Amino acid sequence: MKRRGPDDAYDPEAAMRPLDEECPCQEGMRPQAKLGRRQLLLSAASTLGASALAVGAARAAEAAPPGAVHYDVPEDPTKEQGRPLLADGGYGTRSQFETEVRVKAKNPTDLTSWTFTPLAAQIGNLTPSGLHFERHHGGIPTIDPARHELIVHGMVGTAKKFSVADLKRMPSVTRKHFIECSGNTLTEWAKPTAKTVQVTHGLLSTSEWTGVLFSTLAREVGLKDAALWVLAEGADAAVMTRSIPIEKLLSDGMIAYGQNGEALRPEQGYPLRLLLPGYEGNTHIKWLRRLQVSDRPFMTREETSKYTDLMPDGRAKLFTLQMGAKSVITFPSADMMLPKPGVYEIKGIAWSGRGRVQSVEVSSDAGKTWRPANIENAAEPMCTVRFSCPWAWDGQAATLQSRCTDETGYVQPTREELVRLRGLNSVYHYNAIQSWAVAADGGVSNVHA
Amino acid sequence: MSTLKFGLAALVLALAPAAAFAEGPEVGAPVSDQDLARYFAIQPDGEGLPPASGTVSAGAKVYGERCAACHGDKLQGVPAAGGPALVGGRGTLASPKPLKTVESYWPYASTLYDYVWRAMPFDQPGSLSPEEVYAVSAYVLSKGGVIGEDATMDAKSLPKVEMPNAKGFYDGRGPDLSLYHAER
Repeated sequence: MKRRGPDDAYDPEAAMRPLDEECPCQEGMRPQAKLGRRQLLLSAASTLGASALAVGAARAAEAAPPGAVHYDVPEDPTKEQGRPLLADGGYGTRSQFETEVRVKAKNPTDLTSWTFTPLAAQIGNLTPSGLHFERHHGGIPTIDPARHELIVHGMVGTAKKFSVADLKRMPSVTRKHFIECSGNTLTEWAKPTAKTVQVTHGLLSTSEWTGVLFSTLAREVGLKDAALWVLAEGADAAVMTRSIPIEKLLSDGMIAYGQNGEALRPEQGYPLRLLLPGYEGNTHIKWLRRLQVSDRPFMTREETSKYTDLMPDGRAKLFTLQMGAKSVITFPSADMMLPKPGVYEIKGIAWSGRGRVQSVEVSSDAGKTWRPANIENAAEPMCTVRFSCPWAWDGQAATLQSRCTDETGYVQPTREELVRLRGLNSVYHYNAIQSWAVAADGGVSNVHA
Repeated sequence: MSTLKFGLAALVLALAPAAAFAEGPEVGAPVSDQDLARYFAIQPDGEGLPPASGTVSAGAKVYGERCAACHGDKLQGVPAAGGPALVGGRGTLASPKPLKTVESYWPYASTLYDYVWRAMPFDQPGSLSPEEVYAVSAYVLSKGGVIGEDATMDAKSLPKVEMPNAKGFYDGRGPDLSLYHAER
């Protein structure tokens, strides 16, 4: 199976493929208005028939994609019995025809690197757990939950250790939140670089998380009056540490053990992770083993030498923890090809680390004029929404943009605004408006407008 | 108010088979000093540093054996190995190509100790003794011209090291105020 990497994601053959061939861009497409219904049905039938035969023959020889099991496709599924119950061992897999995977960044070692969520293929607002983006600093540890403990100590009344079973016995909450790496979109400051929306914006994923609020744990151990910061520490080879303001932990910080209806995935911190809604992903410490309450931050390596924002004057901002309002169009997006002029449903994702998404606007003329987009799901605090907006493409070159406003009134900035404020060296927290150029031939590419 | 509280407590007691249930189940276990002995986190003022010491010359040996393969003989970094440069870069932070190293960027020497002790060397994380961590920290700081070649690092001297970029950081919490009156 072909896997796309950040540097080889652009496939020149795909960009030049004939317009009527199968391509991902056809999802969400509406047929050209002039085309008669009968003509449309006929052409659809012939295309489907031919490709189904060819695909069937090719797939038989192929291994199933990750997360799937290969089964032979019957000529007519109504003329023979299907598979019996529990032939899958009791845990289902995705269809062998679904091939989307995370792609990884090119780094010297895959032990400290990251993978991107395939945003353009995501259906609905929740990221499948197996496609949640990853950022590891010392590989993915294998942790036996029976031997794992969370220690809470420092400026507390009574230091305590909690087993995973202890935490599961405590009152829990279930909330949907996105996590975004503060390095998401970092390739785009100076010039358009990444070739797909997976690589420009794929360090973003949304899950339903279940766990115990930090405030609940705080009542178990008691907090001393001077408590202002909490060090969170992971049980991976990086023994990742970040200092978290206690007001954040007490407002909505969660020790999560559940993700999308089951236990956390190992890549997401099994058996325990910290969840800090709207804060940069690095602070959501995975494989959480320790919380040390203090009256001051610890100035760990991650929060001084790494996740700090270098400003044009050479000084750097510490603790830029909240993720700004941001949005991106996932269809059409770079590396796709619109087959012909017609009405398309522009689709995308919007989010803010400061609260709910209030509104999303879409422009097809590089930001000269804006139209309100339809928000497809109820906006929740520090959670993504999906948006859509119909667009009649006349076959001329166009530049598509989306702009998010959150409930605090914060408006997603243009790239020019952001660069004027932060210069080009701050690396993290790039939340500028993304531009996709649609060329007259239908090819879509990443541009700065 | 107190009558209401009393009434509720009486009700809970009446319903619960044992009085302990009125306060909810006990969750979690007490933590002993032994439990905490395996953890550390070093503060900029030196809180958490272990009692030991290390010299620059001892650090040169540790560095050569445990660090140089990824960070280079001259601490210049080995991109192919993923090890960043540890020294150099002073005066570059406001330039188009800032070089962020321990010498040019890190605000606290305590962070160097904490990070090396917890996560280095990459192929055997957490395997250096406190003496080795003091020594190799001294070596890196010395090569960066932050301390002298005859310096010894310990729990007293390390937090006193003034890093070149100590004043190069400020608290960035809160909204980017300038964004609210940016020209459009």
